[in-house]
Amino acid sequence: MDIANLTASLPWLRPELLLTSYALIGVLIGAAYREKAAGVLATLGVLALAGAGVLALLAIPGKPQEVFGGALVIDSFGVFAKALIAFSAAATLWLGADTMLRAHDRRFEFSLIVVMSTLGMLIMASANDLITLYMGLELQSLGAYVLAAFARDDARSSEAGLKYFVLGALASGLLLYGASLIYGFTGSIQFGDIAADARHGDVGVVFGLVFLLCGIGFKLSAAPFHMWTPDVYEGAPTPVTALFAAAPKAAAVALMARVLFDPFAGLQAEWSQVIAAMAALSLVIGSVAALVQTNIKRLMAYSSIANIGYVLMALAAGPQAGAAAALVYLATYLPATIGVFAIILAMRRGGHLLDQLEDFAGLAVRRPWLGALLTVLVFSLTGIPPLAGFFGKYYAFQAALSAGLWPLVVLAAIATVVSAGYYLRILAIVWFQPPVGEIERPSGAVAITAGLSTFLVLGVLSIGLGPVARWAVEAARASFGS
Amino acid sequence: MDIGLPHYLAVGAALFTIGVLGLFVNRKNVIILLMSIELVLLAVNINLVAFSAFLHDVAGQVFAMFVLTVAAAEAAVGLAILVTYFRNRGDIAVQDLNLMKG
Repeated sequence: MDIANLTASLPWLRPELLLTSYALIGVLIGAAYREKAAGVLATLGVLALAGAGVLALLAIPGKPQEVFGGALVIDSFGVFAKALIAFSAAATLWLGADTMLRAHDRRFEFSLIVVMSTLGMLIMASANDLITLYMGLELQSLGAYVLAAFARDDARSSEAGLKYFVLGALASGLLLYGASLIYGFTGSIQFGDIAADARHGDVGVVFGLVFLLCGIGFKLSAAPFHMWTPDVYEGAPTPVTALFAAAPKAAAVALMARVLFDPFAGLQAEWSQVIAAMAALSLVIGSVAALVQTNIKRLMAYSSIANIGYVLMALAAGPQAGAAAALVYLATYLPATIGVFAIILAMRRGGHLLDQLEDFAGLAVRRPWLGALLTVLVFSLTGIPPLAGFFGKYYAFQAALSAGLWPLVVLAAIATVVSAGYYLRILAIVWFQPPVGEIERPSGAVAITAGLSTFLVLGVLSIGLGPVARWAVEAARASFGS
Repeated sequence: MDIGLPHYLAVGAALFTIGVLGLFVNRKNVIILLMSIELVLLAVNINLVAFSAFLHDVAGQVFAMFVLTVAAAEAAVGLAILVTYFRNRGDIAVQDLNLMKG
């Protein structure tokens, strides 16, 4: 890589450079003004994240651009994923920072860690060699471990952080061991060279690939690597749980898609079984275990495991249909999840956040608007037409059917019916149980985020889903269409 | 006896297995978990450097440098979380990691 390559590469990384500058300048501002800077840094952080999403969308390359000597690749699939990541992170940071400031927690580090973690996610979405993959993943994870333990005086939060850290580090270790085997048996860390060599199906490469998939499966919280998810979701402070539920999922899906469809496209016969098995397990465990939960955060953890099952089912279908369906699924799933978490953050009584399912009793009587928004969002998660969630599931089912994975599709259909059971239980509690107490007036950030995500789920996405889906198909073809 | 690539890989695999087993078998002390994690990362480094020497390719050594750096950062974050955990619970026994079921 020479200096010309370097200067030609930099303009492609405007989103990442924006986030890096924010983080570096923010550290200085925070060091100088301490607690006084928390509000300003949070506002700037939300703006930087949203700006990174816009910057990513402004530079969509026609054909994949390898930058920094092939360490990163900028393609339309990556740009789509980056936009999803950046906008979800902006929404959840706004929600989170607003909740923290309302609770008089004025630690400025919160916004900085969130932005740096998001920077890692953007790098994951455009990684083009094993080192970049690992560095992006670790930047995202190290921030996430700290965030999980962010409520320092809460034993459950630090326990969540410790569990997340130990299991996450183990997953990184598995992933790295896989990466070292792949490097050794293909002789390169570049995805392009690995793709050329992996076609021979050397047993060492397959072995490494399985380790690599285990590591990424952990970050995805796909079963059987999901054990940490319910505990971390429950123990982490609720604003942090909202963060975990949105952007990191999109980043891990993008990374999984890139690993499967770029370097290991030639080994589809080997990995499609592994991915299908992970999808089936995630669907079953996510749907069944959620039925018995009494804590809304644990319930959302199992819901996210089940939803990752649908995404993996789409990915098992192979490069083009799979990548497109995964993108559409994320575009419909993320707004619904962020909206539900906005409403969970609105559940405050006496200055405390509520997270038990029974606390939701009579929400529709006390705060009819919140009840109505929650109903639409939960219907979308269930997959009831004409809401956005239905179309996400439709594309995932269609991709799997076109690849002949009909046993998985039947299982997913049953899982959808089972999941309707616990989703509708939330609504039954909200609408038909007598109210147990007052709910405080939601703050502006919470109300706007919940309203906006309902709007996306209800109108723009279901009516305007055509362009989004077309774009996803084109992005998948441009990136993995060889 | 010539020491070749398989020997290095065997050492790497053994260290990796010991590290992973250490995470699952150990029921006493969280510090031991951190040591096991470190062992896993070092096993990976042995693999990377051995492959790098065998392939006459420098990328593996660069990768090992990155892994070392990240391992240091990871240990710092892990110990920081462990300190907050100890302040809250006054103990770091693994079997006490049970405020939440699962």
